Amino acid sequence: MTVPAKTDLAFRDRAAAESLLDVAYDLTDSPIGPLLVATTERGLCEIAFDPDPEEEVERLARQHGIRVLRSARPVDEARRELDEYFEGQRHEFDLPVDLSALPAFQQGVLAELQRVPYGRVDTYGGLAARIGKPKAARAVGGALNRNPVPIVVPCHRIVGSTGSLVGYAGGLERKQLLLSLEGGTLV
Amino acid sequence: MNAVAIPPFERFYEEYREEIYAYLRKLAGRDADDAFQETFVRALRGYQSLQHGRHLRAWAYRIATRVAIDERRKRRPTAELPELPADDGRPAYAELDHLTGDLPATERAAVVLRYGYDLDYADIATALGSSEDAARQAASSGVRRLRRRMT
Repeated sequence: MTVPAKTDLAFRDRAAAESLLDVAYDLTDSPIGPLLVATTERGLCEIAFDPDPEEEVERLARQHGIRVLRSARPVDEARRELDEYFEGQRHEFDLPVDLSALPAFQQGVLAELQRVPYGRVDTYGGLAARIGKPKAARAVGGALNRNPVPIVVPCHRIVGSTGSLVGYAGGLERKQLLLSLEGGTLV
Repeated sequence: MNAVAIPPFERFYEEYREEIYAYLRKLAGRDADDAFQETFVRALRGYQSLQHGRHLRAWAYRIATRVAIDERRKRRPTAELPELPADDGRPAYAELDHLTGDLPATERAAVVLRYGYDLDYADIATALGSSEDAARQAASSGVRRLRRRMT
């Protein structure tokens, strides 16, 4: 017997309102395709391109705890800021991100990355130098490749030393789109 | 003993929500929607304390049964169960729905789980939070009570 949508929604809202979840997630549309957006109580913990929800749910459970539930309200704020970003109305995200499940090195790289402003790009080597490890460009690339919250933590703003796009976990086409949305120029 | 992994809650919820909802419609009637929310909220509260992923279905039924019993206790003696149409293609429920409405909650749950859902007594025991013997007794005294009423 199908659960009435109202009852299903009421449960999902209540689960979040009573702080019973490790992770709440929802799906949203964007100009670069469907996104899965997930948050812990601390902040945004994942944005996935072209998500396979079942796979993402398993991954979220492994990283943050098994109480993973689709619930719209907790990710409302993220969805709103992303909409504004894609409309060109927002240049900085205000919502907190939760990177606590990541290795320290990656946290350091992503923290530094958040300082690369909207509309600017930097290189892998440049970012490596800014965290005090000028020879670690390749490791920096690896940390960016596994960035769990792309767009908000702007790994699309990091390009090769010649200015070529090089790589993007979400595909070069998306990287190009994000950069042209921002009208990016080399730092 | 091999650990059976506990699935992410979303998977558990998707897997059992429909049958639990149908079950609560039988047990709690018009309070099914509240009982449904309460059931899965309680499941979430206990989810992290689960030791393994075995018997999750029976565990869900046990919580739902407790919730339905709690609701009935709260509402007695004015509780009245609506007569639901047999719209789920499982006529056993519909029959039992009429027949068991006046039984004590535990007996009703045992009868519905045994004869409506075809659970074995081990699962019913889990669902009722009792021993297998107690589950068997609840079902058989429920049936006896029904027989007495019919003759």
